[in-house]
Amino acid sequence: MDKMNINNIIETESLTKVFGGLAAVNEVTLKIDRGDIFGLVGPDGAGKTTLLRMLCGLITPSRGRISRNSDSFGYMPQKFSLYGDLTIAENINFFGALYKIDSKTIRRRADEILEITGLAGFKSRFADDLSGGMKQKLALTCALLAKPALLVLDEPTYGVDPESRKEFWKILYQLNKEGVTIVVSTPYMDEAELCKTVALISRGIIMSTGDPGSLKKSFPYGILELKADARDLDFINDLPEVVDGDFYGDKYHVAVYEVEQAKAAIINLLAEKKVAIHHLRHIPPSMEDVFVAVTKEEVV
Amino acid sequence: MSRILAILQKEFLQMKRDRLTLGMVFMLPLVQLLLFGYAIQTEVKHISTVVFDQSMSIESRDLLDSFSSSGYFDITGTAKGYAEITKMIDSGKAKAGIIFPPDFAEKLRKGETAPVQVLVDASDSMVSNSAIAVANSIGLLKSQKIIMQKTGVQSLPYDIRVRPWYNPDGITAYYMVPAILGIIVTMTMVMMTSMGIVREREKGTLEQLMVTPVKSYELMIGKVIPYIALGYLQITVALLVGGVVFGVPIRGSILQLYLLTLFFITASLGIGIFISNIARNQMQAFQMSFFVFLPSIMLSGFMFPREAMPSIIQYIGNIFPLTFYLTIIRGIVLKGIGFPYLIPQVMSLLVFSVIMMTLSIIKFKKKIA
Repeated sequence: MDKMNINNIIETESLTKVFGGLAAVNEVTLKIDRGDIFGLVGPDGAGKTTLLRMLCGLITPSRGRISRNSDSFGYMPQKFSLYGDLTIAENINFFGALYKIDSKTIRRRADEILEITGLAGFKSRFADDLSGGMKQKLALTCALLAKPALLVLDEPTYGVDPESRKEFWKILYQLNKEGVTIVVSTPYMDEAELCKTVALISRGIIMSTGDPGSLKKSFPYGILELKADARDLDFINDLPEVVDGDFYGDKYHVAVYEVEQAKAAIINLLAEKKVAIHHLRHIPPSMEDVFVAVTKEEVV
Repeated sequence: MSRILAILQKEFLQMKRDRLTLGMVFMLPLVQLLLFGYAIQTEVKHISTVVFDQSMSIESRDLLDSFSSSGYFDITGTAKGYAEITKMIDSGKAKAGIIFPPDFAEKLRKGETAPVQVLVDASDSMVSNSAIAVANSIGLLKSQKIIMQKTGVQSLPYDIRVRPWYNPDGITAYYMVPAILGIIVTMTMVMMTSMGIVREREKGTLEQLMVTPVKSYELMIGKVIPYIALGYLQITVALLVGGVVFGVPIRGSILQLYLLTLFFITASLGIGIFISNIARNQMQAFQMSFFVFLPSIMLSGFMFPREAMPSIIQYIGNIFPLTFYLTIIRGIVLKGIGFPYLIPQVMSLLVFSVIMMTLSIIKFKKKIA
């Protein structure tokens, strides 16, 4: 605690949580800057929720240390956890009162946030009757009532339609601009690209940390995007020039050691197999490519 | 304090909206009172009886009259043989059978002992107990009369005068209504409280509450007070119905009744909170509540007299707060006694509450760690 950098809002050291002999979170050492949008990115079961819960003090770590340099913080769990049988206004008033905010201030702040989130017209609606996106916005409103310097969100856009997801991120950006540090977990790679800092987590271990740009820059392989008339292209992965390959929609992404050599090898192979090529081009790696490569390395 | 108020307000709002539960809260005491007060009679009368009279004499008819005029035996049919009587009792058409031998009247006239056989279906012990006791006393009374006539004795040597205090007419409702208060409070405090707390955990709202500055004691007090209010409301309804419908008198002080009930409420809440600490979901809380509820009913003296139980079972019955509360509430309502007589019971409830709360706190701390 004494050595904590004032610019960091959260620091952890060798943070570990063991459930029934299995480490859900394993030796995580993190520093989160004040003013960051910190994305914890990984698939289901990677340990994101457990890590966030420890950061919020909801569960105590089995080992390791956390320092949080912020008195107030808002937390939005993955599952909607406000009262469904209370209206939007009642939920807000209740949580405001728990923070001992006087009712006038609650109303003013709630109006502010509801205006941003577009919920202002639905104040007397029961929370149970809201759509997934609206529920998330209400949860966000309640988490923001105490004007926290730190906002922790666990998969806030899980199960929310793409339009609402976009809107939700817009709100996060606006809050961040106002000085709120945001820690968010997500399984979506496109959301990872929206974060200022990304930590890739898999099986409880932080595999890699950095801003999306430099993570992609440090990607050691080239990526070829291939579109061809074949349902199965996995045989390409057997080429010695190829590291790995997988379908992304109707396109096949191939990670290769050396772009030009691999290109020639693939064209040869497909000609041999009489598969028509629509296009084959060198593209910059996406977050998903980075993630797949990083987690595969761990397996090997 | 303002946080507790906020939780209270929220709880009452949710309670108000949960119409079904709210309805149950008021229907429960009403239905239970009417059921136990009206339907359940521990004294069995009008036992259907079949007669196989081989004597067909004035004497046999005279004895039969005594049976039927007692109110306990209704002569519903006659049989022509043992086989028919057996069949009728086997099939449940009759619960008792009376058999006069052919020489019944003759023996009586000669001054000999005249045997009469009374068969009783003891598969239902309540019925058979009444039938056996009444049949025996009819025999004794009739014999007494004949002996007094023969010997010319005018008065009996012993005269035992029984005075049933507190409930001279043996009205079941007097005995049942106060006990039902105990049952209702147990249900509300154990079942509803534990389920109410577990619901917060199940729905994830507890997690949301834990990141707010609310203290766990504030949360507990705010969650528990509405149930206490509900419990007192139910007691009031039950006492009113008991008084108006069944005419149950409250002989002791109502103030003491309400005050001493608080000890029982605390003890029951202790169980409820403890359950909410172990149960992972509402279903488990419900099942665990029943695990407490059933033995409470069986062993507390609500259904069966504790005096009849083996002493080990009586000790086990002492684990349940309802056992002590029944003594308190029957004492105040029927006997009109007060606190000075009930100190042991109140102390027991107090000790129980302290143990339960301590266990809950230990368990809760472990969960956070």
